[in-house]
Amino acid sequence: MEKFSYVNATSLEQVTALLSDSGWGEVMLIAGGTDLLAELKEYVETPKTLVNLKTLPGMDGIEADASGLKIGALTTVADIAKHPTIQHHYTVLAQAAVSVATPQIRNVGTLGGNLCQRPRCWYYRDETTDCLKKGGDICYAVDGLSKYHAILGGDPVYIVHPSDLAPALIALGASVTIVGPEGEKTMSLEEFFTLPAANPYRENVLQPNEIVVSVQVPPAKPNTKSFYLKAREKGAPDFALASVAGVFEMDGKTCKSASVVLGGVAPAPWRSKEAEAALAGKIIDDTVSKQAGADAVKDAQPLNDNTYKVTLTQNLVSRAAMMAAS
Amino acid sequence: MASWGEASESRLIGKRIPRLSGKDKVTGKAKYTFDINRPGMLYGRILRSEIAHANVVAIDLSEAEALPGVKAVIPIIEVGKKIRYQGQEIAAVAAETDDIAKDAIRLIRVDLEELPHVVTEADAMAEGAPQIRDDWEGNQSNPNVREEGDLAGGFAQAAVEVEATYHAPVQTHVCLETHGHVAEWEDDQNLTVWASTQAVFGTRRDLAGSFNLPANQVRVITEHMGGGFGSKFGPGVEGRTAAELARMTGRAVKLMLTRKAEHLVAGNRPSMIQHVRAGATSDGRLIAYDMKGYGTGGISSGAGFQAPYVYHVPNLRTEKMNVAVNVGNQRAMRAPGHPQGAFAMDSLMDELAEKLGMNPLEFRRINDPNETRQAQYTLGAQEIGWHRRNSVPGSGTGVKKRGMGVGSGLWGGGGGPGTQARVTINSDGSVEAVTGTQDLGTGVRTAIAIIAAEELGLNPTDISVKIGDSEPGLPSGGSGGSQTMASVAPIIKTAAAAAKQKLFEHIAPQLEAPVEDLRVGNHTIYVVSDRTKTIKWGQATGLLGMESITESGQWDEELRQGGVAGTQFAEVEIDTETGELRVIKIVAVQDCGLAINRLTTESQINGGVIMGLGQAILEERFMDAQTGRMLNANLEDYKVPGTFEIPEIKSIVFDTHRKVTGVGEPPCIPTPGAIANAVYNAIGVRVRELPITPDRILNALAEKKA
Repeated sequence: MEKFSYVNATSLEQVTALLSDSGWGEVMLIAGGTDLLAELKEYVETPKTLVNLKTLPGMDGIEADASGLKIGALTTVADIAKHPTIQHHYTVLAQAAVSVATPQIRNVGTLGGNLCQRPRCWYYRDETTDCLKKGGDICYAVDGLSKYHAILGGDPVYIVHPSDLAPALIALGASVTIVGPEGEKTMSLEEFFTLPAANPYRENVLQPNEIVVSVQVPPAKPNTKSFYLKAREKGAPDFALASVAGVFEMDGKTCKSASVVLGGVAPAPWRSKEAEAALAGKIIDDTVSKQAGADAVKDAQPLNDNTYKVTLTQNLVSRAAMMAAS
Repeated sequence: MASWGEASESRLIGKRIPRLSGKDKVTGKAKYTFDINRPGMLYGRILRSEIAHANVVAIDLSEAEALPGVKAVIPIIEVGKKIRYQGQEIAAVAAETDDIAKDAIRLIRVDLEELPHVVTEADAMAEGAPQIRDDWEGNQSNPNVREEGDLAGGFAQAAVEVEATYHAPVQTHVCLETHGHVAEWEDDQNLTVWASTQAVFGTRRDLAGSFNLPANQVRVITEHMGGGFGSKFGPGVEGRTAAELARMTGRAVKLMLTRKAEHLVAGNRPSMIQHVRAGATSDGRLIAYDMKGYGTGGISSGAGFQAPYVYHVPNLRTEKMNVAVNVGNQRAMRAPGHPQGAFAMDSLMDELAEKLGMNPLEFRRINDPNETRQAQYTLGAQEIGWHRRNSVPGSGTGVKKRGMGVGSGLWGGGGGPGTQARVTINSDGSVEAVTGTQDLGTGVRTAIAIIAAEELGLNPTDISVKIGDSEPGLPSGGSGGSQTMASVAPIIKTAAAAAKQKLFEHIAPQLEAPVEDLRVGNHTIYVVSDRTKTIKWGQATGLLGMESITESGQWDEELRQGGVAGTQFAEVEIDTETGELRVIKIVAVQDCGLAINRLTTESQINGGVIMGLGQAILEERFMDAQTGRMLNANLEDYKVPGTFEIPEIKSIVFDTHRKVTGVGEPPCIPTPGAIANAVYNAIGVRVRELPITPDRILNALAEKKA
């Protein structure tokens, strides 16, 4: 990696001020570092300054009460996975958290880092490949090897968003709080993420001088079942070939409302309104769940090597729906 | 005639004995080459090409040389020469720290004139493909054709025929300890190198040749090493570079390969694509076999594979070719040519059996000429519960479907002469066994102690085993071909026996008994005809006074035997909705002759099965035709088995005789075929391409549906 200076953060004001001095990549934030360090070692990123967020007071921890959850951005993935309230009432989030990487990585990786992590794409991660995402002319996955790439929302960059926590949180209706030089703002986590058509270089709306500080999750509705299903090639550590975060408000076998968010198949966590519509108000049976699966991938446009993801995603959505009814 | 004696007479040999270095390894005390740090040591790094095919126009080292902390910068490739694969060495540096060395190689300016590359077999064979080897016409070698019997006549007798294409991609070795060396010159005539190698003496010879030194002025040390699998038989460019940087700077230099370089240039198992048509008679005899296949070993050749394999075919024609691509060279990899050949052959056997309506195991029994394997089929089938398999493939109900398969293999491993060893008994009772072999994780160190201890009536921990060092000047061959144990064990036994004989001669007068009446056991020498006459080991050796006994041994043909048979049964479970595959159990029945240490022999089998499982369900090198680069030169996307993937492994040491035979390679051979057949038995659709990953399973299921 290139040399950089290292600053221990003391306040959010200081952090946003440091970030404001430059555009992307000059000053970068580090918490767990499990993603960033690999990028530095591979020279994918070459910042001049790293700002250590772990010295910021009050940015980790989980508050769980009648108003829902508030999770600080510095909360580790491990702490989310083992939190009793999350395990009982926000099951999809606990399941997503425990599916992340390895115990070592979960112990240091943070919520903020997980949401803001960069793509795993093997063209993007190769220093010498000047791909579209890094300012080059083409997305090499289009004519290249695309087994792990996007089937939805790809054009013109076919990366997939690697986060497991993001689909789960979006399915739970989470919002994210961001601090910038102008102060604090809160937006839905779903709108936080963007597609390459809007901006091929970034995966979210965060500006270079902004920082994610917390995530809020509304209270769990009664009679809700939720699941995170993640298909992968290896038990661990492995990123999702495809994943489904499903939150289902049930009345017996009838689905009052469904929230279905896909991971590993699109450049952003992919909310499947089609699958949700196919399930809402229906008695879930084999036919309904299969229809929801089919609807979830009806706009899929696979590349050369990832047609299998269409089937896989379809089956995962159907399975999640059937689990809600069982 | 020399013999290892009967099992009932053995106190140690054939028992389960923990490896002597186990404690050091799990506590971190064991020093691998990576752990060697010398006073004043510099760190070496190699600049490698990211371009797969190019002419070297200019190399400018000046900026790197000017970086503070850099002590030497040397070009490796000459201007005017060709880069022929990604990862090829361009230049190297030695610096005060590894970080400075990393920075320095990035300051080397290289002007490359890019040439069109081909990195896939299909691109290399396409019409109009750029010619990438000067000594071939096109990118394919001349076919190697073998013909036996009457092929047309054979097919005329066939009641059923199968025609299929089987594909195994390139697999890399993934040595946990990457290739590397620490080189240090005592003066300009004496070089010491700590090497992660499976050939201490081969490395010494190569380095002595490179630096024009007498061999005895190069010392190579490999106390512990973290895996070689056939890829570590010499110093390579990186070893010579480390020694050259050390020579120039007068300082020790450590140069270990990065994980990326390890994938790119440190060897691989070649690919295999074979198109085969085969026939069997109505009574289940394999009668005709016609195979045309190729593989790539990178820019080199060496992409052979076994076809046909194990089973007897009277009428055959095979045609094999090498395909050259702009990718790093193949090297021997655990049973070169066998696992991929076995995968194709055992898949074919199952396909033929199904057409005949025969149980695939019965079909094998008819066509397998090997008696050992015939017995193994019975044992393995019992252990896995073969009767539980789906009689109709894919007939299981539910989303998750289970299936069973079988695969087979064979190997040599008979060892050979050439090793020198000595066993020394000191007057204080201590015993040393010294030879120039190396323990690449197989357990040979412990085996040497067991053999000497058995002979001398001591415990393995009483024997000081000195291996992995060329200094004593007792050569031994490289650890390849599963030859080490059968090469080393006989000579240790005869050396220990000779030393014992000398000790007996020395103390016979004391015990007032003829030498031939003396025996030793449990740290005591006694007279067999009068058990009241005894002397403790330490007292006996004390009589040596200032002397010690040192004896060398003789390799004895009678103590070893080549040729092993193995068979494996696999049970798998497939999630038919996600394509996820879980191997539930592998039963590995491995013929191995006399297992000196049953515990480490089982470990060898376990390790082979795990490696075969990786090839079967995970490992694949991805080459990008656009950039000419390997896309997964890491351990994130080049996936190897982890704890979640490793199933219950029932390793059965199948002793057939009491002669030593190596068993390092054969246990990885039958695994991919057994797993592939189990997949078919589970889902009723055949995946003819390795590794059998979720995408291939889902695609195959989709094709079946369509």
